[in-house]
Amino acid sequence: MSGRVRLWLLLGAAVAVVVLAVTLASGRGSDGGTLDDRVQDVASGLRCPVCQNLSVADSPSALAREMRSEIASRLDAGDTPEEVRGFFVERYGEWVLLAPTREGLNLLPWLVPVAGLLLGVGVWAMLVRRRWPPETEAPTSAERRRIQAELDALEEPG
Amino acid sequence: MRLDAPERPETREADAPRRSRWRTVVLVSVPLAAFALLLATSLGRDPRALPSELVGEPAPVFALPNLEGGGTVDMADLRGRVVVVNFWASWCQECRDEHPALDAAWDRYRERGVVVVGVLFEDTVEDGLAFADELATDWPLVDDPGSRTAIAYGVFGVPETFVISPDGIVTAKRVGPVDYTWLTTEIEDALRTPEAA
Amino acid sequence: MPALVGTVSLALALALALYGGIAAIVGVKTGRPRVIESARTAAFSLFALVVVANLAMLAALLSDDFTLRYVATNSSTSTPTFFKVLALWSADEGSLLLWNLVLGGYLAAVAFRFRRRRPEAFPWAFAVLFGVSAFYLLLVLGPTTPFETLATPPPDGRGPLPLLQNHPLMAAHPPFLYLGFIGFTVPFAFGIAALATGRVSDAWIRITRRWTIAAWIFLTIGLVLGALWSYGVLGWGGYWAWDPVENVALLPWLTGTAFLHSVMVQERRGMLKVWNLSLIVGTFALTVLGTFLTRGSILSSVHTFAQSLVGPLYLAFLTVVLLGGFGLIAWRREALRVETSFDTPLSRESVFLGNNVLLLVLTLTVLVGTIYPLLAEAVSGGKVSVGAPFFNRNAAPVALLLLFLMGIGPLLPWRAASLSAVLRRLQGPAWAAAIAAAVLALGGSGTAAVVVFGLAAFVATATLSEMARGVRAQRRALGGSWSSATRGAIARNHRLYGGLVVHLGLIVAVVGVSWVSLSDRSSELAIGRGERVSVEGYELRLDGISSRVEPHRRVIVADVTVFDAGGGEEVVRLHPSLNLYPGSSEPIGTPSIRVGTPLNGLSDLYLSLVSVDAQGAAFRFFVNPGVGLLWLGGAVMALGGVVAAWPTRSRPARALTPVEVEDRREEVSV
Repeated sequence: MSGRVRLWLLLGAAVAVVVLAVTLASGRGSDGGTLDDRVQDVASGLRCPVCQNLSVADSPSALAREMRSEIASRLDAGDTPEEVRGFFVERYGEWVLLAPTREGLNLLPWLVPVAGLLLGVGVWAMLVRRRWPPETEAPTSAERRRIQAELDALEEPG
Repeated sequence: MRLDAPERPETREADAPRRSRWRTVVLVSVPLAAFALLLATSLGRDPRALPSELVGEPAPVFALPNLEGGGTVDMADLRGRVVVVNFWASWCQECRDEHPALDAAWDRYRERGVVVVGVLFEDTVEDGLAFADELATDWPLVDDPGSRTAIAYGVFGVPETFVISPDGIVTAKRVGPVDYTWLTTEIEDALRTPEAA
Repeated sequence: MPALVGTVSLALALALALYGGIAAIVGVKTGRPRVIESARTAAFSLFALVVVANLAMLAALLSDDFTLRYVATNSSTSTPTFFKVLALWSADEGSLLLWNLVLGGYLAAVAFRFRRRRPEAFPWAFAVLFGVSAFYLLLVLGPTTPFETLATPPPDGRGPLPLLQNHPLMAAHPPFLYLGFIGFTVPFAFGIAALATGRVSDAWIRITRRWTIAAWIFLTIGLVLGALWSYGVLGWGGYWAWDPVENVALLPWLTGTAFLHSVMVQERRGMLKVWNLSLIVGTFALTVLGTFLTRGSILSSVHTFAQSLVGPLYLAFLTVVLLGGFGLIAWRREALRVETSFDTPLSRESVFLGNNVLLLVLTLTVLVGTIYPLLAEAVSGGKVSVGAPFFNRNAAPVALLLLFLMGIGPLLPWRAASLSAVLRRLQGPAWAAAIAAAVLALGGSGTAAVVVFGLAAFVATATLSEMARGVRAQRRALGGSWSSATRGAIARNHRLYGGLVVHLGLIVAVVGVSWVSLSDRSSELAIGRGERVSVEGYELRLDGISSRVEPHRRVIVADVTVFDAGGGEEVVRLHPSLNLYPGSSEPIGTPSIRVGTPLNGLSDLYLSLVSVDAQGAAFRFFVNPGVGLLWLGGAVMALGGVVAAWPTRSRPARALTPVEVEDRREEVSV
């Protein structure tokens, strides 16, 4: 196949691999791990009620500390992470979740970045292939003479 | 000299018919105006105000130790009475501000069986007692070790006050200092609730 | 007295702003250069007056003049002098005074810069600058005035918010941020001027290029300082919380970076005119959105100042900017048409376009995440949060793609490349990536680490090799030593080498950020007095707890000695503290940090004191690897910007640099 097509495939494959790898890695599950790890997972998804925009995991405040121990005792008693999150939502509202649930209107903030990316890549591909094959052919002989003359002029010392 | 194509000469505008220009302008302006309108909806709202989750729900029960002189206050014992649960702390200026209102409500309604319970939040017992002595608080005061009860009630900070009807349902919640009018209105409402069996 | 001086000088400044804007337009429409000159004089006077107003406030702060409400709420007799000066910009009204100072400074700088030769669009750009000044002067005179007086001055002030007098870094963060935000007003003004006059050639870009780079440098420094402050002062162990106000500071940086790249495409190929104008209007609009969200008390955040009623005013200004700017672009659409197009995906223009697309996707992501809670509340009345998990999840893949483009972009020449030449240049970086990935994978690192650090190796190698190629070509063409060749190569193309240095800095920062994000070594622990506890591969011994009283606060300090694991050598002594300010409910902790250097494995040891009781103290202990790279990377980026903006001794226009000559040779012989 032609060099250009090969190139497109190569680029596309590289990009796909990277994106896939990262998406998989960042979505790694939290089923296993020690109790500490599981507490960390749940706590980093909950918003500390007395801080500004910090997670319960990150917050240095006393209330966050106590929330962490509440999470720990509930996980230890056998609650699933979903149930623990639900416990806090019942009391503090959806606000306490640091990332919105993916239901109803809340789907919007999750969809927009993905849609934007797809749209952007599409626009890029469209703009970049407008003239196909590219209009620059090899330089004509007149152009070549001109190029050579300029190169020679440039290499003049001083 | 460059090998690139020379730059095109400036095109003068005024070639395009006026109508299509206006159409483009309108097309561009509409989403921008919508965006500005969206931002406008946020004006005048308090960014820190949060809706009350527990109102209408059963109040979380607790049994907490008294601040001084042993023993506990157990919500189970208070079933059948209107309970005002007030979260407070000695370092909280607004708790100081609302104290007279709570005191007045306590005086007025204690004969009718209403009980005010003050739950200490994120504070030491000594500081709490000093505060209570200074303001001559005479309703039951309890400590909340580990803030379990505060978390159960979804407390963001102090002061927060919950009014609980005799059948154990949270009928009202106030974030921030309470005033006498609010207290009396809510207590009267709770008193009117038919008692559970 | 200071109130009077301040208010009068601001009022005069406002009058001058109105005069200057009108004079500039009248002067250019009626063809009277003298009138335009008077506008220039007005600019200088305006700046002088705003300086006077700032000095008046400073004097009031330093002399404990509590008749001013601002001084009474933000300073006190016991505040140290350094923090009294800082109080000038530590709260809403005062920081708006600083904002006006910076804006006046830019206005005067533009007036000075164009004192002799002037582009045709100058009066219009000047008018726009005056208009923006007028708005902010109106705010600082009216609803957000710092010069409000109290009928009965209190005996002492309340003092600054505890968090704002904890650390001297508070000094540098806002000024740099403001220099960055406000700096973008200049290219915006010239862009609007170009649209207004219909002369939408490259002139406006060329004129403002260095101003834009300067603004970008300041904004980069401001953002890095903010992260440094968050890390070293706030004590939670992190440096970026995706707080709404952090986000709105990041947005113009993203679009500004996109702009800096796409203008190069316009300069070389005449394309993307509409795009560039839209980007600069968007960047400026984002800075106004930033002031709206921060000062209009729309969102709850670390930064939001006290409640104020100016939201509608900021929103009105933002609407004017958006409708006016984009409306003008739509109006001049015909003049902005262009015939050239991209040739192939394998060219630098295409990569720059890709860079723009990705940066805009990032901007959209951060914007939507920040604004969505407002939308949700408007629609359903409920409050939702959008925080770190959302942003990290959505930004990471896009950021990685951007890094990849950053690597291959400089390897591709403009217009078109031969596949073989590109593959040849990609070899080295690809090998570096493969080796790095293999080493990490064999060492047991996870997928994310392998991908990120492999990519980082790729980009770093590509960038360095591109720099080396230019230097080699310079040496081949003109001889001389390596150092003179390096200097020569840079001197011939500041923009390219500056840009490459910026890329290097960014990669260093990314490595630092990824390293600390991918490792998670932190613990909470309680230590009794004299006790030793083992944690995260170290042992900590609490030697003692002491307290001291300072004029404006009480400080409790814990002295902790850190040993290597297994009772080894002493590593460092740390002294985290808790600061109790009168009138504040919670103490503010100051962490104690052992900075990571190449000698000790580049890991920060970060200890913060959480609480103290009779038996001992509770701490949070972090081992943070690679954080220093973030600060280093930021500094390198700023340095790169300076190199890029460095004035070039004029060389023959359009002459080819030696490396470009070699490139052309390659293509000709294909």
